[in-house]
Amino acid sequence: MSKLEQLGKDTLQWVDDRFPLTALWKEHVSEYYAPKNFNFWYFFGSLALLVLVIQIVTGIFLTMNYKPDGSLIPGTNVSVAFASVEYIMRDVGGGWIIRYMHSTGASMFFVVVYMHMFRGLIYGSYQKPRELVWIFGMLIFLCLMAEAFLGYLLPWGQMSFWGAQVIVNLFASIPMIGPDLSTFIRGDFVVSDATLNRFFALHVIAVPLILLALVVAHLIALHEVGSNNPDGVEIKKNKDPKTGLPLDGIPFHPYYTVKDIFGVAVFLVVFTTIVFFLPNVFGYFLEDNNFIPADPLKTPPHIAPVWYFTPFYAILRAIPSFLGTQVWGVLGMGAAVVVIAFLPWLDRSPVKSIRYRPKSFKVILGIFIVAFIGLGILGALPPTTVRTLVSRILSVVYFAFFFLMPFYSKMGKTLPVPDRVTDTNGSRQLQFLFWMAVTFIGAAVFAKVI
Amino acid sequence: MHKNIRRFLAAAALLLPVAVFANEGGAHLDKAPIDLHNPESLQRGAQTFANYCLSCHSALNMRYNRLQDLGLTEDQIKANLMFATDKVGEQMKVAMQAPDAKVWFGAVPPDLSVIARARGADWLYTYLRTFYRDDTRPTGWNNIAFDKVGMPHALWELQGIQEPVYKTVKNHESGKEEQVLEGVKLVKPGLLTQISEDGKYDQTEYNKRVADLVNYLVYVSEPAQVKREQIGYFVLLFLLFVLVPISYLLKKEYWRDVH
Repeated sequence: MSKLEQLGKDTLQWVDDRFPLTALWKEHVSEYYAPKNFNFWYFFGSLALLVLVIQIVTGIFLTMNYKPDGSLIPGTNVSVAFASVEYIMRDVGGGWIIRYMHSTGASMFFVVVYMHMFRGLIYGSYQKPRELVWIFGMLIFLCLMAEAFLGYLLPWGQMSFWGAQVIVNLFASIPMIGPDLSTFIRGDFVVSDATLNRFFALHVIAVPLILLALVVAHLIALHEVGSNNPDGVEIKKNKDPKTGLPLDGIPFHPYYTVKDIFGVAVFLVVFTTIVFFLPNVFGYFLEDNNFIPADPLKTPPHIAPVWYFTPFYAILRAIPSFLGTQVWGVLGMGAAVVVIAFLPWLDRSPVKSIRYRPKSFKVILGIFIVAFIGLGILGALPPTTVRTLVSRILSVVYFAFFFLMPFYSKMGKTLPVPDRVTDTNGSRQLQFLFWMAVTFIGAAVFAKVI
Repeated sequence: MHKNIRRFLAAAALLLPVAVFANEGGAHLDKAPIDLHNPESLQRGAQTFANYCLSCHSALNMRYNRLQDLGLTEDQIKANLMFATDKVGEQMKVAMQAPDAKVWFGAVPPDLSVIARARGADWLYTYLRTFYRDDTRPTGWNNIAFDKVGMPHALWELQGIQEPVYKTVKNHESGKEEQVLEGVKLVKPGLLTQISEDGKYDQTEYNKRVADLVNYLVYVSEPAQVKREQIGYFVLLFLLFVLVPISYLLKKEYWRDVH
């Protein structure tokens, strides 16, 4: 052993005597046993972590140059905040790449998180004993929505301003306390400089702190109970009698670290294609109207939220106001998000994975996917009579999926779950590609027809 | 099975852009011939911008010396494009004050730094070519792409004067005949347009000048965009030919003993 190696060893020992560094590394990385049959859907957890890091790092550099100031530059109708974003885009060295990484990261965060949640849905990852993993995940999702909404105000463009106006006004529809509550949130009677300043504070420190804490909790809870897998088999039930290690488990490091690096590389191909060639993504990641400086006196004809909120926004618009209040739509939208958290108790199926569920469940899940994507498309479009009608039908389908789950999840004949995990074979890959294609074509046709 | 999937994927790839571009009504827009790799066009656009736009419209986020992107030297910029300031690092501001502008035009002329991103090049290209005389408007001008616009036709000396052409259509509900704006026709030539004896007119030169101007506005809306794409190719090459294959082989190597 060379002197340098000895020094390294001694240093590590010195730390370990005072802080469980090696123990933590072993528990969560090198000796965390994960099922060996993870498939495509299992990349999105690590990708969410990657995007979180991208957002935090780019966010720090944006904060150095962004000015949360809604006042107008003298002699113009451009605000300091709006101009500071364009200052980043032009005069700050490398500013445009940092800003586009942040704006692309915001949307890609939702892409990977929606995929991650869908994975949980199809493989029953929320079922016992992983209820808390799911709950923490849902809280992360809520934080993420808050974070995205708060951050969207900062460029202080027309969509920033009026989007915030619409969403904060939702709180005003709550009986009794509503008007005061919305004033309290804005810090003013209209969305103004005061709103911008507090949203900035919440966006750069308050929500990210909670978000990080929840991510840690999510991972600790996951490592306590162990990862689920595409078969929904508990790998801890089959341990090697000699070593006591799960037969179907492999250490997270190096197996899943190298696999996730590959996932990251492929993800970066998509991510950088957007950053460098399509930062607007046809107005879906960066909306055209948000390049018009905020004007409190000019309401845009069509206020659409960014794509990741559109399913819930469609539900909000679909619910009519009755009994003299619009609060029902707000409640419906809130319920649409919160109900997902109750999946662990709504699902009564004896099996976890969709692989062993009855055909009826697969059909119902397919209908749910149609409803969710359909609502997402409808929420981005201006309402018409037909669209409102379709939104209403799809909203009912959306809620029926959750509220009827205790009944239909028990029905039908499940397939026998194997004792050991199985491989992802060619036929499953073909099925996956087939349904992906069906989803994309279906969504495209729906968007065209509606 | 294989064949079907491939067919589906191809159809999906073809259909997706259709869905994405599905647009909501609005006036017909002419396609702007944008070419950010043509410095002459961008320079001509910059000149038109400095002469005809910059007296009322600022481009606050643009500094004069940034125009070196277009192949101009600082001296050329100072001599040809700067009228309001002598500092080449200065932003493109206007002397007009917002309260005055409100009185004169009814609104503050918008800053043009990112106008091409807000409106789109095609809209700008159509808008700048479809001003017509309308005596009911305070400025005497109206526009096909932007009805009841507050801005007068700043380029009129180049284009000349257009008048509206109406067509009579029958309203299906009331059954009455109505006059509907169909288009515009040139009635008085400007510096860049001609009208021949038989009433035919030629706006080719003017259209080119507007195309240059719009080209410049697209550049101004994001000066880094050409560089962005250039860097993008290298990043993608690195990812596709280095990081993706190496990480794939690394994964394969590590996973050899997993059965």
